Amino acid sequence: MENKNTPLLEEHEDLKAKIASFGGWNMPIQYTSIITEHNWTRENCSIFDICHMGEFMIYGDPVQTGIDNILTQDFKNADDNTCHYGFMLNKNAGIIDDVIIYKIEKDKFMLVVNAATTVKDEQNLMDNLHSGAIIENISEKTAKIDVQGPMSADVVEQLAGAGIRDLKYYRFGFYNVLGENVIISRTGYTGELGFEIYIKTEKAVELWQTLLKDTRVKPAGLGARDTLRLEMSYPLYGHELDDQTTPYEAGLDRFVDMDKDFIGKSKLQENTKKKLCCFVTDSRRSPRHGHKIFKNNKQIGFVTSGSFSPSIGFAIGMGYVEKKEDEINNEIVIKDDRMQINAKIVKRPFYKQGTFKIELA
Amino acid sequence: MKLLFTKEHEWVKVDGKTATMGISDHAQHSLGDITFVELPAIGAVCKQSAQIATVESVKAASDVYAPVSGKVTEINDEVEATPETLNISPYEKGWICKIELSNKEELSSLMDQAQYDEYVKGL
Repeated sequence: MENKNTPLLEEHEDLKAKIASFGGWNMPIQYTSIITEHNWTRENCSIFDICHMGEFMIYGDPVQTGIDNILTQDFKNADDNTCHYGFMLNKNAGIIDDVIIYKIEKDKFMLVVNAATTVKDEQNLMDNLHSGAIIENISEKTAKIDVQGPMSADVVEQLAGAGIRDLKYYRFGFYNVLGENVIISRTGYTGELGFEIYIKTEKAVELWQTLLKDTRVKPAGLGARDTLRLEMSYPLYGHELDDQTTPYEAGLDRFVDMDKDFIGKSKLQENTKKKLCCFVTDSRRSPRHGHKIFKNNKQIGFVTSGSFSPSIGFAIGMGYVEKKEDEINNEIVIKDDRMQINAKIVKRPFYKQGTFKIELA
Repeated sequence: MKLLFTKEHEWVKVDGKTATMGISDHAQHSLGDITFVELPAIGAVCKQSAQIATVESVKAASDVYAPVSGKVTEINDEVEATPETLNISPYEKGWICKIELSNKEELSSLMDQAQYDEYVKGL
């Protein structure tokens, strides 16, 4: 199947981005250099084209329509304008996708899903929603640009007004941007203060260009997005999460509400066979997805993500190990056919200076 | 001194019996930020086109091949701590190692700058 393009592809080409395939989309990997873009995001403000992600509108009472039973998070009694991270699970408690549900008002929700999983997510919704539910896939007509970095509030304020400073972490509102009524949430995937702007597709280029006129703003690609999220030990679907892995195994118990019923709940305990761990190496050499994890010459797991960490100065990674081997300070060895790297299991996140929860004045 | 290039994007500069080698500007640009360099051992014997070093960027690990056969006489261990030198100065400060040539005739299989530029354009 041919790759899809976001409405911003020409912008990326004009900026001389390296384009590569990601989740069935042609996406910018870097414009200048991954490390430069990474550091700019930690210190200033970057914008990311995230138009590839999927969005669904869901209408109806969450319990009666079944959406409450499809998602693990507790959101049905939440306040309006709140975001809730959690999972869609299969019957074996394996993760179909990790998603954020936006509660817009009573009986009106927006579900934001990963790009590569949009089709199977839609199928899962169709299979499990009851007949009273109304669901609309708005992915095509919705563009998403992430604005991330300690200066992002100042940047977004120029576009959306001072009200943006009242947004608390994991909340959203409707704002007038370029003459459109758009959703802006205080969310992100970098560990820095940040906002995600949902705007209609026809307006994506204008929003992108307007943001770039601000000298504090530079574009960043998926390369930096990956190193930024890894330093925060945020999971990436297809690496830390997949349909053979449960939220408990991924250490994401707090996004699972055990006080309600949901698909996969009964298998959560018994299907916990491995544990996600974070490790720091003593080298600049990077562990990579698929490398093996050893302890005392015995394989105990495998790497799911790894990279040189620009903020820490050493290579870091995440991976699954046998259930009781995930203890902090456990010393492990990462190997592939021709090399090995010494590493130690550490607490998450790797990067502790992130501004994502900062109070805005 | 003129540079010669391999199809795998290594360069070599020959002075008498000693060849200095590294990766080309095109190579460093394609790899992006270089974050790790594994150097050969001094005294190691290398064969033309066989792996001699490894460079890693944020996204991937890549083999570096010996442009000529011979014995490694010197390594640039400064790039271990500052691998980004290969990005900043691929032909000068970012050299990888020096090799004492065992077969000068191998040089005729390499490209000069004009041929290499043409080769890169065709990729």
